Formats: sequence, C-alpha cells, structure tokens
Amino acid sequence: MSLLTIKNLALSIHGTPILKDVSLSIAPGEVCGVIGESGSGKSLTALAILQLLPDGSECSGAVHLDKADVLAASEADLCKMRGNDVGMVFQEPMTALNPLQTIGAQVAETILIHEDVSKADAMARAAETLERCELANDRFPLTRYPHELSGGQRQRVVIAMAIALRPQLLIADEPTTALDVTTQAEILRLLKRLVDEDGMGLMLISHDLAVVTNIADHIVIMRNGEVVERGPAATLHKTMTHPYTRALFEASSHQPDGGAVPEERPLLVVEDVVRDYPLPRKSLFGAARKFRAVDHVSLEIRKGECLGLVGESGCGKSTLTRAILGLEPLQNGRILLDGQDVHREPSARAKMQVVFQDPYGSFNPRHKVGRLVGEPFFQLDRAAGEGEIDDALVSVGLAASDKHKFIHEFSGGQRQRIAIARALIIRPELIVLDEAVSALDVSIRAQILDLLADLSKRFGLTYLFITHDLSVVKVIADRVLVMQAGKIVEAGETAQIMDAPREAYTQELMAAVPRLPKG
Amino acid sequence: MKEGGLIRAVLTSRSLVIGLLLTFIAVAAALVSFLWTPYDHTLADNIANKLQTPSAQHWFGTDQLGRDILSMIMVGARTSIAVAFVAVGIGMGLGVPLGLAAAARRGGLLDEIIMRTNDLIFAFPSLLIAIMITAIFGPSATNAIIAIGIFNIPVFARLTRAGALSLWTKDYVLSARVAGKGPARISFEHILPNITNLLIVQGTIQFSLGILAESALSFVGLGAQPPTPSWGRMLTDSQTLIYIAPHTALFPGFAILLTVLGLNLAGDGLRDIFDPRIRRTGR
Amino acid sequence: MGIYVVKRLGSLLISLIVASLVIFFALEVVPGDPASFMLGLNAQPDTVAALRAELGLNEPLPQRYASWISGMAVGDFGTSYTYRTPVEGMFADRLVISLPLALYALSLTVLIAFPVGIWAATKRGSLTDVTVMGATQLGIAIPNFWFGVLIVIAFAINLQWFAAGGFPGWDEGFFPAMKALTLPAVALALPQASILARVMRSSLLDTLGEDYIRTARAKGLTRRQALWRHALRNALIPVLTIIGLQFSFLLAGGIIIEKVFFLPGLGSLILQSISQRDLIVVKSAVMILVFAVIFVNFLVDLAYAWVDPRLRRGR
Repeated sequence: MSLLTIKNLALSIHGTPILKDVSLSIAPGEVCGVIGESGSGKSLTALAILQLLPDGSECSGAVHLDKADVLAASEADLCKMRGNDVGMVFQEPMTALNPLQTIGAQVAETILIHEDVSKADAMARAAETLERCELANDRFPLTRYPHELSGGQRQRVVIAMAIALRPQLLIADEPTTALDVTTQAEILRLLKRLVDEDGMGLMLISHDLAVVTNIADHIVIMRNGEVVERGPAATLHKTMTHPYTRALFEASSHQPDGGAVPEERPLLVVEDVVRDYPLPRKSLFGAARKFRAVDHVSLEIRKGECLGLVGESGCGKSTLTRAILGLEPLQNGRILLDGQDVHREPSARAKMQVVFQDPYGSFNPRHKVGRLVGEPFFQLDRAAGEGEIDDALVSVGLAASDKHKFIHEFSGGQRQRIAIARALIIRPELIVLDEAVSALDVSIRAQILDLLADLSKRFGLTYLFITHDLSVVKVIADRVLVMQAGKIVEAGETAQIMDAPREAYTQELMAAVPRLPKG
Repeated sequence: MKEGGLIRAVLTSRSLVIGLLLTFIAVAAALVSFLWTPYDHTLADNIANKLQTPSAQHWFGTDQLGRDILSMIMVGARTSIAVAFVAVGIGMGLGVPLGLAAAARRGGLLDEIIMRTNDLIFAFPSLLIAIMITAIFGPSATNAIIAIGIFNIPVFARLTRAGALSLWTKDYVLSARVAGKGPARISFEHILPNITNLLIVQGTIQFSLGILAESALSFVGLGAQPPTPSWGRMLTDSQTLIYIAPHTALFPGFAILLTVLGLNLAGDGLRDIFDPRIRRTGR
Repeated sequence: MGIYVVKRLGSLLISLIVASLVIFFALEVVPGDPASFMLGLNAQPDTVAALRAELGLNEPLPQRYASWISGMAVGDFGTSYTYRTPVEGMFADRLVISLPLALYALSLTVLIAFPVGIWAATKRGSLTDVTVMGATQLGIAIPNFWFGVLIVIAFAINLQWFAAGGFPGWDEGFFPAMKALTLPAVALALPQASILARVMRSSLLDTLGEDYIRTARAKGLTRRQALWRHALRNALIPVLTIIGLQFSFLLAGGIIIEKVFFLPGLGSLILQSISQRDLIVVKSAVMILVFAVIFVNFLVDLAYAWVDPRLRRGR
C-alpha cells in the first residue's frame, strides 16, 4: 500500500504546460529520489503535492495522499494536511526562516497550528524535536534567532519544523545544495535516521545523482516536465534505458582527455601570503580586530599544469584567488607570475585571465559579445582586432557572427564558453577558473571540461581550478591543494588526495563526497 | 529586449500612456505660451472683467484683476516646469557623480563623508532649506531652484550609490578590474549604463516632487516673485476669494494635480517596463 | 541592545552639533553683517552699532556659537529684534499648535495607511486593489495646501461643519481645539497617508514572496495567518523608515498648512520673521525643527531594534 500516489499529473502555469503525465508513488518508510536538472519540473511536482503552486497554476491528473484526494481537497483541508501529514524542507536555509522570530517559536508554531495544546507544551515539544534534529538545547536554546546559526544548523531547524508532528511524508527539495559537502553528509544522515525512526516516506529532490543514490530506495529521473526513467536505486545504473539517464551517469564521472603536459618550470609562485581584513571594533575603545582570511599560504603551479584548489565556503580560497589576480593587497609575502611580482608590476597581470562561476553575472548586459570578449586587450593598450575576436569565439565552439549579439541571447553553457573566449583572447599563460563549472548542469559541465582540456593542449595553458566540488577536481586536476581556515592543510597528486588522504580534515572531506556506483 | 517588445510594453502600460499624455499636455502648454496665449497674461484685460466665471470667452474665467486664468496657467507652467527641471538637473549632475565616487571608494573616507553629508541634508526638510536660503538671499525663482536642487542631490547620490554598490559585486566588474581598468573607467563603462533606468525613474519622481515643492514655495511667497506668474501664487491670491469666486482656486490646483499625477504615472509605468521581474509576473 | 542605543545616541549628538553649525554659519555668517541686514539699507550707523552690541556681534565667532548653543540648552533662545520679547516665549505659544498638529496628522497618516495598504496587498490584482492604488496616486499628486482650500470650501463654507480657520486656544477645552486642528491635519495627512499606504502594500507584497512565507505555508498556516504572523512584522521595517521621514515632512508642511488655515503656529512665525528679517527667530526656529527631525529619526532607529533582533546585538 503506497502512501503517496501521483498519477498522470499535468500542470500548466498561465497556460504554459510545465508538467506532463508525471506518475510516481512512495510507500511508508521508503526514500524516493527525484533527479532532474534545473527546469525539469521536479520542484513543482513537490509543490503540487502540497498545492502551494504559484498563481495561475492548473493541475490535472490525481494526487492521493493516504487515500485523501489532494487535488479535490478544500483549502481548509489542505491547511490541515500541510505540516501535519506532509512536511517540507526547502533548498535555501538562509532565507527559509523568519528572521524576526526565535527558532523555538517557529518550530512550536507547527504544533500550535494543528493541535490544541498550551504554548508551554508546544515549546517543550519543539525542544524535543530540535534535539532529535541534533541541535542540542544547551548549545542552541529555543530563544536563538536564525541569524545566530550557520546554514547547516538552520537547515536542522527547518527539518525540525517539518517533522515536529511526525508526518507520514517528508518532502526535501534540494535540502543540501546550498551546504558544504561535510554538512551535506550530516544532513543526509539525519534525514535517513528520521525516516527509519518514524517510518515516514521521504521524497528527496536533487540535481545531483550521487547525493541521492546512496540513501534512496527508488529513483525517478525527470526531464522537461516528464518522468524519463525510474527504478530501484541499487540497480538503476544497470537497468537504465533512457539516453538521458545514461548521459547523467556518464557526465557525473566524465573524464576529459588529458590536457597539456606539465613542464618542470614553475609559472606561478605564491610565497608566504597573508591577507587580513579589519573587523569592526567590539566597543569604542576595544583593540582593532582583524580576520585572517589567508594565513601564510605558499604554493607553486608548473607551466602546463592544472592545479585544483579545494575547500569549503569561508576557507579563504576566494580571497586567495583575488590576491593572485592582484585585486587584494597583501599583508605579507608575494606572488610571482613568470618571475614578475603581480602586485608591483601590473604588466604581469596580462599573463593571466579569469573565468567566474556565475554565467549570468559575468557580463555587462549592455555590451555586445564582441566588445565583452575584447575587454582584456585594455591591458595591452590596444583594441582587439576583429580577427582575434573571431578566432577566440571559434576556438570555444561558437560562431564568429555571435560577436554581434547581446549576452542575454545565450544559454548558461554558451555564456561560460564566451567567458572562456574572453579569458583566452590575449593568449595568457595562466587561466584562473573560479568555480567555473559549478553553476552548470552536469551534461553541460562535461562539455565545458572537455573544452578546457582541449584548449590547454592546443595553447599550452596552465589552469588554477578553484572549487568546492571534489568530483570536478578529480577528473581535471593534476595536483590538488586542500584549504581550510586560511591554510593549506594538504597537497598532493590528485589520486593520492582522493584515495589515500593523510590529514584528518581531508579524510573527513573525502568520506563526505557522495559517490556513484561504478557503471 | 527587442525593439517591437519595447514599443508593445510601452503601449500596454496604461499608466505610462496616461502619464506621458498628461506630461505632454503640461509641457506643450508651457511651450505654446511663448508663442501664443488666449489673452495677455500680464496686463489686466479689463478691470470690469474681473472674477468672471468660466465662459466661452474665458474658458477658466478671470481673476481679481480681470486676467484670463487659462493664459496665466499656461505661462505658469513655464515656471513650474523650468524650476523642477533645473532642480532635477542639479540633483543628477552632482548627486550621480558623488554616488559613483562613494561606491567606487566604498567603505573609505570619501564614502563616509559623502554619506554623512547626505544624512545631514536629509535632516533638513526641503522646505526648511528653502526657508534658510530665502532668509539669506531673499525670495526668487532662482533660490527656489537652488533649494529644491540641493535636496535632490542626496536623493540621487543615495540611489546611485546603492545601485552601484550592487553592481560592484558583479563578476563583470571583477573581470574589468582583472583587465586593469581603474575605478573611474569602470564607473562610467560598466556601472553608469546599468543604473540609467533607475535614474530615469527617480528623475520623473523628483521632477513631480519639484513641481509640488515649487508651488508650495510660491504659495507662501518664497518662490517666483510677481509679475512672473506661478501656479502656487495664483492659489495664494485665490485664497481670499474662495467665498466669492471658488473657480479661481480650482484651475491652478488642477494644473498642479494633473502635471504631478502625469509624471508619477509615467515614472511608475517606466519602472514596470524597466524591471523585468515585475513585467514577467504580468500584473 | 545597550551598545546599540549608546551608538545611536552618539550619532544623534553628532548630527545635532553639525546641524547647528550649518544653521549658525548659514544664517549668521553668510549674509554679512546681520545687524545692518536686519535694519535695512537706510539704517543709521549708530543704530547698527547699538544692535551689534546688543546681539553680541562684536565677540569672536566661536564664542557667539557657544553662547547660542549653551543658551538654547538652558532654554534661553535670545531676544527677538522685532518684538523685543524673549524668543523662547514666542516659541512656546506657537509650538503648542504646531506640535499637536504634526502628531495629529501623523496619527491620521498611520491609521489610514496601515489598513488600506494591508487590505490592498491581500486583494492584490483585484478591482479593489486597482481602485485603491489609483486613489493613492491622486492623493500623492494633490498639493496639500490646495487640498486644504478644497476641504475648506466643502466642509467650512458649504456644509459649515468646521470653522474655515483660526485656533481658539487650548484654554477653550480639548475638543474645540482638536476640532480646529482637524481640517489642517486631514489636509496634511492625505498625501502622506497615500504614500505610506503604497509603501505598506509593496513592502507587504515583497515580504509575502519571501521563502519563509512559503515555509510557513508548508507548516499549515493559511494565507491570512502567514500574513499576520510572519509577513507583517517583516514588512514593517521599510515602513518605519518612511514614517520617520514623513514626520519631518509633516512638521515642515505645517508651515504651509498653517497659512491656509490661519493658524498662529511656528510656521507662520517663521514666515513672518523672514519678511521682517528677524534672523534670530528664524535661526532658532529652524534649529528646533531640525532637532525634532533628528530626534524622531533616533526614535525610528530604536524602533528598528525593537522589530529586528539582528540589530539588537550592537553590531
């Protein structure tokens, strides 16, 4: 007997069809993973179960929750169902909580809305629930406000709100996407434990196949509003039939052809670099405080090498990147590119370029692609030649005529190609890739990684690849540095770091990385 | 946005169409008044003609000196529009560069000084600034412009700074810095073009506030001095006549109301068109 | 919380000092010799000299500033040249009209704007919403002094419910005095209420689109419950800023409205003093108004901390 049954669900918003013929079912105690890229309709499927869809939505088909017909239910019945029978956890823990209410009040509210109990009783049960979600009351009293908690802790509060009444079904929509990999592992373990303890069904939505595979019983793969594949998690990689599923499995473990062959000579040398930020004084007469974002870091990149720099958010890798680019002043040490000090000799900067994470924020929307791509020529004190722009665009797989278009005419993957063309155009020695593929869907990510490997071979490029995503580093980097709290804690060949890490932090990091079964 | 899309968006925005139409009428009245008005607004046409109610000869009636009210409103439009327009120009001309500079040196001493000065000007209601200026230099249209203009500076400086600050965190600004471009060049190449929409919308709003402020100043005698006609002073004159000739109070008031309404509606319409977030939801 | 209040108090003091310097230098230094300025072009040299001595103008600038400020701190605002009476006495008579008028108008503004803004937000996109928002557009565009004239024509001349102007004084009792202030307060409040209602509506709509509202709905709260329990308090933060600004508009706007309704308030005193070039009165009156504005902004800052726990920890 299944708990949730969705049959032939179709959804349109203002007449635009979004979901087509979606069917799936979840039994009590079962974890159902729903996988899809952005725009596949996976989140709207979840919202359809709760009937919290945007204005102008129309559903057809059937959604049954333990015999109750959700699509036919009145708004009053739906309110009784939400939070009581079905709990939901959203992606963004930083904004999912009301900033003006204590966490205790917010968890207790779930109970107070549905049950006729006193406020004190509700608070006591809220404390109990937060304990279940591994937020110890002595460290995180009910009177805390959300801004006093980290992202992972806030996500625990959101989970506590969702499970306070022990619902039959829990829906978690990308619950760990905004979190670091070690926190992600903890949250996934917590969700699994709660499912086992309460015997509830869990619908776990993610764009990341590896995250879901390890805890799901069943997997449903969605694309363009349709279910394209389904099957038991343990055997899906053997039974899959749809080409998209195959692409997903392959892309996640995609190994681009090797890039340039590294030489012995170091291209970039970072020597004992320190970067401090001043912090506001605690009181008017307190001592000046500072935050050390980069703490005596030294590293070398050989010419033609691809060096991966990994670390969780706040570890100082972005600051280090900006320091290498010459955009941050240093309190100690120096950075040499091809023997030139980046901070003293601005001409050194013409030998490196950068590609950023966000394909949407990387370009001035008012300029045409030709002008955008030609911008680095400013360093050489001349304008880009038409031929050079054409060459750069063609070498990243775009057409020369694309230079007359505006940036909003391109997709995310194409924009990242344009960003690479811009980095390439003045033939730098070093390209810094700052989370350059993190915002892309897996299939497009694989194409971009191939392109990067190909360009490295053709132009003898050196890459510094900065990311939080270890699966990307694994396939592209020759060597890996692990950064934590402003320091480099471990450095080594990629295979050694991945398979035999020496430092405790690296071991913890590697253990937390979700892995796919070998296909 | 495609060309056709822009035109369609303009036409489908009801508030923009009405707003632009009202604004156009006010500006047209001011411009036409240079060439032609129904009667000479300066000289009393005929004192025997005074305080006539609206008629075929005098559409809006005449005032206590027998002057044609329609003609005075047309000429008064010049004063209101010129004062408000120049005041917006002062506000933009000084406020935008200050805001850009503050954002380019965010967190620095210059930023601090500019923003503190802004706060200080905000602590003086615009009317108080006008009062201080007229107390020092005497009442005139020029001083009204200065008073309203000074108050516009922090408005534009704040808006520019806020808009620029969010753009300074964009990756395209970072890559311009990597390309070696300095703060001034980045401000004009990457920041300013991307906040023009904000500035245009705020410009129409400050324009309408300027017209309100000018009429208020001349109502209390601190704006344009006789014989320059102005809507605010026409209302002062009519205040003693409301028992016997209420129409003298009606028409200048409507002139202010409709011009300000037109500019506000145009500003709202422009904001809707410029802000794709609002447009997509379709309202 | 303590650190936050102390910091705000500090910036209040700094604003006051800077504002007083600006006012002092603008009105006393820039126009040249205040004595001959006040007496006009045809004044006799010995009259000017006498006035200079009386005003203390022969003393150095810092000393004059210090004596002005310290005088005001203990309630001594100097002597009006025109009336030869202490300025503080004149202010006291006027403030008992101007201050209640501004507060009355502020209360009306909030009492109108909050329900209207909330109501329009809950009915977003409906005919009521469109109508109400259209009405607020008119309310913003209408000059308050003209609106004052219109309501005088309607309620004083035609219906004769109120007097057309004037003030009986508080000695006549609370209600007659408030009745005399009602039309002026309405004229002042209407445009501000229109602005505030629009701010309330859009702030509430923004808040209703936040993630935590979706979270609340997923907990089982109805739309209405989510609005009252979660959205409203969050929406209040930008609204508070506007209320702070509006109080200064209401105080200054009073200067004009007092003229429409022939109220003997601070505004009419200022206008009168300007035409009589009684700069001592203008200077101190402007300072009082600026003090009120800065003080209200201080109260708004405290209100922020009351609403928003993120500010309470001193930051």
